[in-house]
Amino acid sequence: MTELAHGGRPALDAEESRRVRTARLERLGRILLPVFIMVLAVWLWDRLCVWYEIPQYILPRPKVVMATLWNDRALLFSSLWVTLKITFFSLALAVAGGVGLAVLFTQSRWVEMSFFPFAVILQVTPIVAIFPLINIYVDNQTAKLLLCAWIVAFFPILSNTTLGLNSVDRNLLDLFTMNRATRLQELRLLRLPSAMPYFLGGLRIAGGLSLIGAVVAEFVAGASGQSSGLASRIIEAGYRLNAPRLFAALLLISIAGIVIFMTLSLVSHLVLRGWHESALKADR
Amino acid sequence: MHLTLDRRTEGSAGQRLLDLANVGKTFSNGVTALAGVDLALSEGEFLSLLGPSGCGKSTALRLIAGLSTPTTGRLEWAGAAARGVLEVGFVFQEPTLMPWASVFDNVWLPLRLRGRSRQEAGPAVEAMLERVHLSGFAASMPRELSGGMKMRVSIARALVTQPRILLMDEPFAALDEITRFKLNEDLLKLWQDQRFTVAFVTHSVFESVFLSSRIVVMAARPGRVHSEIAIGARYPRGDAFRTSPEYAALCRHVSGALAEAMDASREAAP
Repeated sequence: MTELAHGGRPALDAEESRRVRTARLERLGRILLPVFIMVLAVWLWDRLCVWYEIPQYILPRPKVVMATLWNDRALLFSSLWVTLKITFFSLALAVAGGVGLAVLFTQSRWVEMSFFPFAVILQVTPIVAIFPLINIYVDNQTAKLLLCAWIVAFFPILSNTTLGLNSVDRNLLDLFTMNRATRLQELRLLRLPSAMPYFLGGLRIAGGLSLIGAVVAEFVAGASGQSSGLASRIIEAGYRLNAPRLFAALLLISIAGIVIFMTLSLVSHLVLRGWHESALKADR
Repeated sequence: MHLTLDRRTEGSAGQRLLDLANVGKTFSNGVTALAGVDLALSEGEFLSLLGPSGCGKSTALRLIAGLSTPTTGRLEWAGAAARGVLEVGFVFQEPTLMPWASVFDNVWLPLRLRGRSRQEAGPAVEAMLERVHLSGFAASMPRELSGGMKMRVSIARALVTQPRILLMDEPFAALDEITRFKLNEDLLKLWQDQRFTVAFVTHSVFESVFLSSRIVVMAARPGRVHSEIAIGARYPRGDAFRTSPEYAALCRHVSGALAEAMDASREAAP
């Protein structure tokens, strides 16, 4: 689209060269604009602290936050690791549980009719409200957190995968029937590949949710002082009016969330590259 | 060779393969797609079902494919077919390829479902791709192909099991005319070489006359057989046939029959 520098190409007319220029500007802007706005916001934050002489325990200056991130790195990164472990384990369980249940649902409409409402109830009930119960019933701290994060994360995977498994081309389904495909063949060769884009969409949402689930669960559990993840660092710092550490921990959680989302987007792109509309270049 | 060609003229095909006896199909929503259809399919013929939309021609095809069962009447298979060992190939209106699978994997699918490994099925798939002029495209993805090429893959997939019957449901309706003519000719060549039986659903008079050894014209509401026309022109048919006075006369004749069928459909409408 923009390879007009290639030799042997005919000269572009005014309209086409304008289009090429606009496309190039847009690509540049897509990267530069957010960076610029971000830098501006951080600068403004720093200036506000100076102009209004805001004390550090209310709003620390950006460079203090960065310094704290460095000075407390041993503590903060070990806490991040704890939170990430819960996040990844619960995401893995959510994938296993969500896909497993979805497959079960598509094998029998009766099973789906019977159990889907339970999944919805589990999803719409705020996790903070269920947690005290889990706190009572489950002893193991890790199991507690995992269960919480799992409940939050598994639903998008379940509902998306169920939708995908049922969104099969009817004619292809007929073709499988005509060729006397077994249920397993139908699932493996037709339904699972058809569901892949839907599943990956659910996975991207679930990735963020499992992090949120892990943090929220820890928040509630952290009140009892047993936990060592980032959320308990935040609570602790809040009690001690250690705002710089609080901000540093917050920053780490945000970055973790962004990295998780970007990683899952990349996975999605790599898996669907070559066949699905969402991963194809809009070059027409 | 000439003997084979002669056998296929005048609609005087080989042995009876299938009889639809007084077949009717009424759906649960009350729509009667077919009523009292008597239709015979003989070994080696090229039969077209021609009619306006709603005449139940696709329903008839689905019944033959075993995707649906008749409400009334019976389908009687003859000979080996009666023992339920008959292979049927089906080509849909859309290419209906698996977008996540390569051309090779799409054509391999029917054999794969029969438990043939990639290595075992390889030669058959490659040979079939060559027959539809897609030898170099085994590794391509469906989205990289044009509409006509996708349809060729679809035909290769239907024929890779060497079926006795090939069922086609308006396969070329969405293609441009130049592509359609080419695919028509290539399909006839495949049919003459591999000697399977074709039941071809279309709403194009010109296409049905060019391809068929026999045309069944259907009327709608409810779907039924209006008339049968044997197309006696000799195979192989090509451009010379398409521009001949004989072809024009046959088209005029079939168009007349189709017009009558459509009048009959209107009269039957409430």
